[in-house]
Amino acid sequence: MSPGGPDAPNPAEYQLRLFIAGTSPRSQRTIENLHRICRRYLAGRFSLAIVDIYQQPELAEVDQVVAAPTLLKLTPLPVRQIIGDLSDEARVLRGLGIFSPPGGGDEPGR
Amino acid sequence: MTSDPSPHATTLPKARTGIDGFDDVTYGGLPAGRPSLVCGAAGCGKTLFATTFLVNGATLFDEPGVFMSFEERAEDLAANVASLGYDLDGLVAAGKIVVDHVKVERSEIEETGEYDLEGLFIRLGYAVDTIGAKRVVLDTIETLFAGLSDAAILRSELRRLFGWLKDRGLTAIITGERGEGQLTRQGLEEYVSDCVVLLDNRVEDQITTRRLRIVKYRGSAHGTNEYPFLIDEQGISVLPVTAADLSYEVSNEVVSTGIESLDAMFGPGGLYRGSSVLVSGSAGTGKTTISGHMVEAACARGERCLSFVFEESGEQICRNARSVGLDLSRHVDSGLLRFEAARPTLYGLEMHLARMHRDIEQFRPHLVVIDPISALRGPEVELQATLLRMVDMLKSRGITAVFTSLRTDGAFGQAGDLGLSSLMDVWIKLQDIEANGERSRTLYVIKARGMSHSNQVREFQMAATGLKLVDAYIGPAGVLTGTARVVQEAQEEAAELRRRQESERRKREVVRRREGIQRQIAELRASLETAEEEETLLLGEDAQRETQLAGGRSDIARRRSAAE
Repeated sequence: MSPGGPDAPNPAEYQLRLFIAGTSPRSQRTIENLHRICRRYLAGRFSLAIVDIYQQPELAEVDQVVAAPTLLKLTPLPVRQIIGDLSDEARVLRGLGIFSPPGGGDEPGR
Repeated sequence: MTSDPSPHATTLPKARTGIDGFDDVTYGGLPAGRPSLVCGAAGCGKTLFATTFLVNGATLFDEPGVFMSFEERAEDLAANVASLGYDLDGLVAAGKIVVDHVKVERSEIEETGEYDLEGLFIRLGYAVDTIGAKRVVLDTIETLFAGLSDAAILRSELRRLFGWLKDRGLTAIITGERGEGQLTRQGLEEYVSDCVVLLDNRVEDQITTRRLRIVKYRGSAHGTNEYPFLIDEQGISVLPVTAADLSYEVSNEVVSTGIESLDAMFGPGGLYRGSSVLVSGSAGTGKTTISGHMVEAACARGERCLSFVFEESGEQICRNARSVGLDLSRHVDSGLLRFEAARPTLYGLEMHLARMHRDIEQFRPHLVVIDPISALRGPEVELQATLLRMVDMLKSRGITAVFTSLRTDGAFGQAGDLGLSSLMDVWIKLQDIEANGERSRTLYVIKARGMSHSNQVREFQMAATGLKLVDAYIGPAGVLTGTARVVQEAQEEAAELRRRQESERRKREVVRRREGIQRQIAELRASLETAEEEETLLLGEDAQRETQLAGGRSDIARRRSAAE
């Protein structure tokens, strides 16, 4: 966290990476769930990359993916793995850190 | 290494682990193309076992492997096994091994619905395909249960994973932590049902012994005992019973003990090669010296000797041997003789035996000395079993073995009736005889299988020129040794002399008497001759007279007739 960074109301840039295994119904469902949540809570504040680990298996190791599907929140820190089909919205939001106090426990500059 | 070709060995393909002894116990290794479970408590060597399997596969059997670590990071793993001489990084660089650290941190994971472990499958599949792996290690996959909360999903996924490994024909080791009441915490043995190996690390009397047991091996015969195994700087080695059926080739070759007079006590003039010799006797009876002579003789024949000593260092033995004219250090220098000295308390009994086993495998000696075997302590049953294994192993390799024992009765323990002596082919017993204020050493051969041997007690003397056996005095006064023998011998000699003189004297007397009689005979004969001559003379004179008389009478007659 750089000092003098964005204040609490400033939107954080959410970098998300979703790992799915093929185009199974579960993968479809996961993508739909993610789009819905992002539209509702992160409109305009996120970037999303979807990786099919069947196509790019080498990326699974790099990002320590074990489960499928896995949503990886790269920023804001800390990095979080959100696994499952994202049907439990409250848990997804907790994993994304959206309803927690801004900046978590280590609020900058205070 | 499959010295014992069992009928099962051919039916089930096996992947050799390259771990000393383990491939013997399992008649060829782990089931090829199937997952095996290696379980045990913390610190019992699971990871090392698995790593050795993988490294040996890559280096010895040209089977690349994937190590999927759920606990240790790749660099930690490489550092840990570097102490065993495994160059994991080098193998990774050479494309022989892939190490993949799977990190599952519960605090970083949010579970939000249905999922499976396809990510893990893909990582494993990718790693396997990259190097064309034949072997896989999953070290400790149960860690997943700590990171992920949905045990039902995990179980079904693990079942799928093991099935997947089998479908791909991968020989896999799955390690598992020992759990309460079952082999692993999560009951993995239910899924991995082909082969289960249990490692154990027990502390008894403050001494740790590692043990290995094959709990199950579907479709194959296997040793069912607990085998001690050893982890040291040279890796893992398991000590198996190599010849449970006592079928080894025996040698008819006779080798000298290095002591001429001792050789003479055995019918063939020495000991059979490959026999086990027990030299027992209390302290200071010369056990080490006798074994030293045997070592010297073997080294002089150009054979390798390995000496395990528990009470002295190798240098000390060399120095002491010099006092009886043996120069053992030159054999140490030439590499024919190796001393392995260790305190008996350093390891547990089985550890000692496992270590010896490994040293013998490496050095391939012709003669092994264990001095003294009685220094090894342990529960008696265990002692007997493990020593039996030791003797078996030595015999199956045709190695002559010399065991010294402080116990004069040939037993193991203080109150034991299980005999070490019954395992031995030859038993040479040394005994001190204390009498008349002195102590002398005696030696006798109690048994020597398959050869006639002297049943007599010999006194043996140690001098700067070497060992010498002297016939002990055995006579009406009993068995005497030492000065008593010398005194007795002197007495005997004096008595002998007296006897000799006496008989000489008698002989002379007889001669004299005979001569006297002969003289008398001669005299008588002389007088007889005289008498005969006289008789002849007399007879002659009579005849003459008769003739003269007759002549005179005829004269007269003639004259008378002429006158008529």
